[in-house]
This record gives sequence, C-alpha cells and structure tokens, in this order.
Amino acid sequence: MSRSAALGAAAAAAPVEPTPRRRSRMKPLTPVSPGARIVLGVSFFVLFVAVWAIATFGGFVQKTFLADPVAMLQGGWTLLAEHGFAKDIGMTVFRVVGGFLIAAVIAVPLGVAMGAYKPIEAFFEPFVSFARYLPASAFIPLLILWAGIGEAQKLAVIFIGSFFSLVLMISVTVGNTRRDLVEAAYTLGVGDASLIRRVLIPGAAPEIAEQLRMVLGWAWTYVIVAELIGASSGIGHMITNSQALLATDQIIFGIIVIGLIGLASDLFFKWVNRRLYPWAQLGR
Amino acid sequence: MGNILSVRGVERRFDTTLALQSTSLEVGENHFITILGPSGCGKSTLLRIVAGLDTQTAGEVLLDGKRIAGPGADRGMVFQSYTLFPWLTVLDNVCFGLAERGLPRAQQLEIAHGFLAKVGLKGFDKHYPKQLSGGMQQRTAIARALANDPRMLLMDEPFGALDHQTRELMQELLLGIWEEQRKTVLFVTHDIDEAIFMASRVVVMSARPGRIKLDREVPLAHPRHYSVKTTPAFTELKAELTEQVRVEVRAAQAAMA
Repeated sequence: MSRSAALGAAAAAAPVEPTPRRRSRMKPLTPVSPGARIVLGVSFFVLFVAVWAIATFGGFVQKTFLADPVAMLQGGWTLLAEHGFAKDIGMTVFRVVGGFLIAAVIAVPLGVAMGAYKPIEAFFEPFVSFARYLPASAFIPLLILWAGIGEAQKLAVIFIGSFFSLVLMISVTVGNTRRDLVEAAYTLGVGDASLIRRVLIPGAAPEIAEQLRMVLGWAWTYVIVAELIGASSGIGHMITNSQALLATDQIIFGIIVIGLIGLASDLFFKWVNRRLYPWAQLGR
Repeated sequence: MGNILSVRGVERRFDTTLALQSTSLEVGENHFITILGPSGCGKSTLLRIVAGLDTQTAGEVLLDGKRIAGPGADRGMVFQSYTLFPWLTVLDNVCFGLAERGLPRAQQLEIAHGFLAKVGLKGFDKHYPKQLSGGMQQRTAIARALANDPRMLLMDEPFGALDHQTRELMQELLLGIWEEQRKTVLFVTHDIDEAIFMASRVVVMSARPGRIKLDREVPLAHPRHYSVKTTPAFTELKAELTEQVRVEVRAAQAAMA
C-alpha cells in the first residue's frame, strides 16, 4: 500500500472527534489567551483588596493595626497634599536609579571582561562571590560612619546590594557564549577585540538586560532599608515617621506606592528589552 | 598547478589517546575533496586543524606555502551545527566578514545580495536565523562563508543535521556553486553518496587513530546531474568505498568492545 493511500485509509477510519467543550480544563504548559491573562491578573488584585476591605470594614482587625482601603487612600491624599510626599517619592526614585546606574555602569564592563578573559575572572571571581553574600543592610551603620546620612550613604547601600551579584551574573552569561559561534566568527576573520564587540556582547545583551531588570527590583528593597535609618526624606523616611504616629494608613499607602512604581519600571524595562532585542523573543 | 594546501605529517594527541596519526594530504587548486570515514575517526579533527581552530601535536599545515597559525578569513568554514549569529538578520550575517574587513556598506550589500541570490534566499534578507528552517540556515552559512571570498572552503558535515531530501537538494546547490566558481573545498562527511556526488577526489580515513587509507579520483564529468548517482561509474566507486568504510566501522566497533 502506498504512503498516501495508507494516510487516506487512516483518515477515513479516524473516529469523529467530539467537539471540545468551551470550558476546557487546565492543561500543563498550555498558554493562556492575552485577554484571559489580563482578566486573571486583575482579578487577583480585586480579590486581594476585597479580602482586605472585609477584614477591616467587617471589624475583624483593629484599625490601630491595619487601616481600611478608604482610610489608606485618604491618608495618601493627606500625605501628597499637605506633607509634600511627592518630593519623598522623587527622592527615593532618584536614589534607586542613581545607585542602580552607578552599579550597572561599573558592573557591565567588569562582568564582560571577566566573562571574556579567564585570568581576569580568576582574579575577581572569588572575592566577588564572597562579597555577594555580605548583607547590604548590615553595612548601613558603617556607611553612616563613613559617609554620614547624606545621599552618598544611600547610594552606597544600593550599590553594595546590587553590584556584586550583577557582576557575577553578567560574567557567567558572557562566559557561556556558544563556542561554535565564537569559532564561526574566527573563521570569518575577527580578532579578539572584534570578537568581544561583535559576538560576546551582542549575544549576551538580552540576558544582561534581563539581569539589570531583576537587580533594579532588588534596589527598591535596599533603598527603603537605607531610608528607614538616618534619612530626612524619602518613602522609607515617611514610613518610619508614620510608625511613630501609628498611621498605618500612610504606611500602607507608602508600601503600595513602592509596589506600583516597581511594577511600572519593570514593565517599562521589559518593553524596552523587547524593542531592543526582537531576535531574543523568537522561538521562545 | 601548485597545491593550495599541504598537510604534512599532522598528528593530534588528546592526553593519552591518539586521534589522528601522522596524516599527509595535498590539496590542489580548484579541487573538491571529500573526507570520508566512520564517526570518531579524526576527520573533523583534521579539518579543525586546517581551520586553525585546533592545533596539531606534530607536523605542519601550509596554506599557499605559509604555515597556518590560528584561524583566519582565508579559510571559510561551514559547521554541522547552526552557527548563524542569532542577533543578526540573514543579510547582516552574510555581511559579517565583509564588515570586519571594513568594506563600505554599499559594497557589502551588493556582495551579500549576490550570494543570497545564489543560494536561493532572495527575499529572506530581513529574517532572523530562528525564523528559517535548518536547510535555509545552512544555505545562509554557505553564503556567509563564500561572501568573504576565502582561499578555500572547509565544510564539517554541513548537511549532517538535515533530512534526507533537503540534504540532496543542498548537495546539488553546493555542487552547482562549485561548478560555477571552482572554489577549493575540503568537505568532511560520513555519507558515501554525498562524498562521491560532489567530489573531484574522495579520501577515506581509517578508524581511530585516524589516517588516510585510500585516495580516489572521482571519474565523473561536470556538470553533474543527480541522476549520475545511478550510473555504473558511480555505483562501482560506491561499492568500493562502502566496503572500505565498512571495514573501518567494524574496526571502530571492535575497538570499543
């Protein structure tokens, strides 16, 4: 029997598929439609706020410990309108971006150099691996001693918190460049400097961009810790002040503002990465 | 006519194992030489040494009378794995070596478009490698190597990962380009049909430690049509090479046992 005849016979004999039900069950790793993704994502936020509202308005939790959503919004309005909270937000954003940029500007070239040249990696890697585990928050007392309570101290906390891990991740990414691509480049006549510029860096770029995005998220944690101690402005500073006044509405408002700015910067970073590296999105 | 490539007494030892034992090979200008042998016989090692991607432990390799020290643009290579740069479009992949030489962009584009047309990829210049099939990626890789105008082309089982039908089409494509340009080619394969169909000379290597055990001219006129595979001259040579390779595969398996 010929191949096409066999296929024809198989098609004829195939049982009629029952029409799939509209509400199919979840299957592992099956993607979800964009519309459903948004609905699902938003509904958890709604659920979260609903549970919070029930807990507070229903009187299950005392107001002293947890403000209700409406009080939180009112508290936030007071902060913005009467206490110049916008300036605090601006300061915090400035510190995060500043500390992160300083870390990135040094970490990217160093990480690339370590990934490309093994002696440089052998020189720095053991120390960087060690320094990575030093908790940035534990440096705050020392940094206050050295740099006072000004901006340098805040930037230094963020730098310590993000720099070492960033260097390590970048160096591993560059070091993992496919060897066959490197060999292909050599047979096309590139020298070592060209190899780094035209193969190692562009090949690692999307992954490095993702690492930067992740580390920016960590920087948000460090900045608040830095502002909780010895700061005269910033979201963290407002939160410590509100704690003294038992203003849980304002504390929660501050936390939510951090979350929203973090989410926005994350989405922005993702969008930029997709625009810059369209090829990295293919075949995922 | 002088020899373009001379491999003289080249040996490659990895720690204790001898992968390639004293091998010599002379490659004449405009030849298409296929190196045939069982897997693990050191044929890829030999090619990588010629490319400058590996270093021999004894002997020397001369290109146009000059010792090879490291890889260079004078020996273009096509690998078995897909080695197009995924961040570059098809067009920029083909321009890669030309840009390295500092050619003006307009000239790069002219050359690249010419070779893309030659490998039948007109209209795919804006695609990224991941958007292409395996056969199209290898055609781009051939265009990329040829665009650089190397002295010779080294091919390490370039069609090894492709399905049978695509593979045969690729052989015809490559042979067609060779018949037109007569670029010197050193082509490693373990496919006997492939080795005979494209080559002006077939070299058979023994099981590890590899050495050249047979060197045959292919008595088939150019241009070759794929129907040449059914001619008596072809089948006769195929029978001989099959027997020779079989002995080596047996030997390799015996060595493993």
